[in-house]
Amino acid sequence: MFPGFWSRFKRNKMAVAGSMVVISLFLLSALAPVIAPYDPEQIDLTNVLAPPSSSHWLGTDQLGRDVLSRMIWGGRISLQVGFVSTGVALIIGVILGSLAGYYGGWVDAVIMRFVDIMLCFPTFFLILAVIAFLEPSIWNIMVVIGLTGWMGITRLVRADFISLRERDFVLAAKAIGASNLRIVFSHILPNAMASILVAATLGVAGAILTESALSFLGIGVQPPTPSWGNILTAGKDNIDVAWWLSLFPGLAILITVLGYNLLGEGIRDALDPRIES
Amino acid sequence: MAGYLIKRIVFMIPILLGITVICFAVMHLAPGSPTDLQTQMNPRASAELKERLKAMYDLDKPIHVQYWLWLKRIVVLDFGRSFSPDRRPVVEKIKERLPITIALNLLSLLAILAVAIPLGVMAAVHRGSIFDNITSVFVFVGFAMPTFWLALLLMIFFGIYLGWLPISGIRSLNYEYLPPLAALWDLIKHLILPVFLSAFGGLAGFSRFMRANMLEVIRQDYIMTARAKGLTEKRVIYRHALRNALLPVITILGLSVPGLIGGSVVFETIFAIPGMGQLFYMAVMARDYPTVMGILFMGAVLTLIGNLLADIAYAWADPRIRVR
Repeated sequence: MFPGFWSRFKRNKMAVAGSMVVISLFLLSALAPVIAPYDPEQIDLTNVLAPPSSSHWLGTDQLGRDVLSRMIWGGRISLQVGFVSTGVALIIGVILGSLAGYYGGWVDAVIMRFVDIMLCFPTFFLILAVIAFLEPSIWNIMVVIGLTGWMGITRLVRADFISLRERDFVLAAKAIGASNLRIVFSHILPNAMASILVAATLGVAGAILTESALSFLGIGVQPPTPSWGNILTAGKDNIDVAWWLSLFPGLAILITVLGYNLLGEGIRDALDPRIES
Repeated sequence: MAGYLIKRIVFMIPILLGITVICFAVMHLAPGSPTDLQTQMNPRASAELKERLKAMYDLDKPIHVQYWLWLKRIVVLDFGRSFSPDRRPVVEKIKERLPITIALNLLSLLAILAVAIPLGVMAAVHRGSIFDNITSVFVFVGFAMPTFWLALLLMIFFGIYLGWLPISGIRSLNYEYLPPLAALWDLIKHLILPVFLSAFGGLAGFSRFMRANMLEVIRQDYIMTARAKGLTEKRVIYRHALRNALLPVITILGLSVPGLIGGSVVFETIFAIPGMGQLFYMAVMARDYPTVMGILFMGAVLTLIGNLLADIAYAWADPRIRVR
């Protein structure tokens, strides 16, 4: 579909490093039940806040649970949140962006004003307000992050549609009487896929970052379910005695988000060598 | 200029209405109604009290009437009384905390500009140099950094390990007894970490943006003209190029307002700063709906004002905008 994509992608060391990080995270999450040395929710009150040692590589938390095991299972949560909320944002963004870009006129005007209005809300405020009315469960978090993160994708898809809808192949499809639905789905959308893919990859990174901040504040993933953000809450509560609770989960978030960002930028550069980031 | 200003303000009205619609929709997301939740938590709530609450929030009326009555209160900033035990009007609670949040955000905006502009310009002028490469690594790490985590690490290092900086509040307990200079120093010490961290989030994006702008401007014909007439490189960069590269920064300043305000929830909570962000967090945790709604609305309005100020500043700095 994109000639020269792989050769360009492989030459970009940062992009390859990013995809390695992403692949390893997938493997870790898939194999969590096998790899994790302990049950992530197993409490051991005789061994609370133990520093890193040979039996607990990354130490234990305030309930004596193994931090490494909790982080491996927490990685699963992050991945799930990243993908589901990006999925929600993609569905809304692609539909609204296609409508606005394809039809133009008042449809476009209404949708883009809606985007402008949504962009006025500090995302974090909107998420927190919605969570205040609903229960802070993992599903609510995922949906809410998605519902507040579709505006960028809408703008992107709209711009792609506007530039594509006047192209010859679209006009040709129209001339032979193809339906609007057919033109959108089998002629325009595939050509807009590249930028959507890049936005989705970067979106996963953003969603993981948001979820960890929410869980850190205690309004995201609720204990005992482990998430990198809520392990950090324990780190803050024990800030003067247990540095390992603060250090490792944050490092995991940083590396994960960096991985997705590098992968996204790498895909963008490989798809369109003219764009210099 | 006056015409441009009026046009911008008129454009704001539908957006402002849209903001109220979204706020109203969020309020009605709750399973049941806001008063249901309040009375369920209070076993002593009698049927009569429920009715009174219902009437107060106009829940017995059709939804469009509810919206209209609510809108009439919102335009005069009447958000009702807080559900918290103090039962104070929400607008008063916001008023006493807003200045702290705005001051902190202005300080971090200044910090962002002071660091990101030189960084971006240097990276662009010395493109491909070691400095440029180090900057772009910094930018990438900055984009991926969970700043609340960085806050924890810095609190551990500067607050606990070295013991140099306080890690909570904006003043010490003995603040009132300190001589003026010592009191100022006390305030600065309390603000260093929160301002640095709140600036950190925007720094990466800003310096990258500045670098891209500068690269774009350096390519223009008028820069070549400036060089051709024999101006020193310094003069070309700092007088001719920089001034043009700075223009789009104004827009980005306006666009960064929602991110900064949103971030204030995290930093004010971590550092126990008594600003609007902390109030919002406490209201969310306590399900103090009138306060949540009030701050949500104010947050969006502040963003709108930020964008308007940016538009005005841009029109003032660049005459081409005014004419269009």
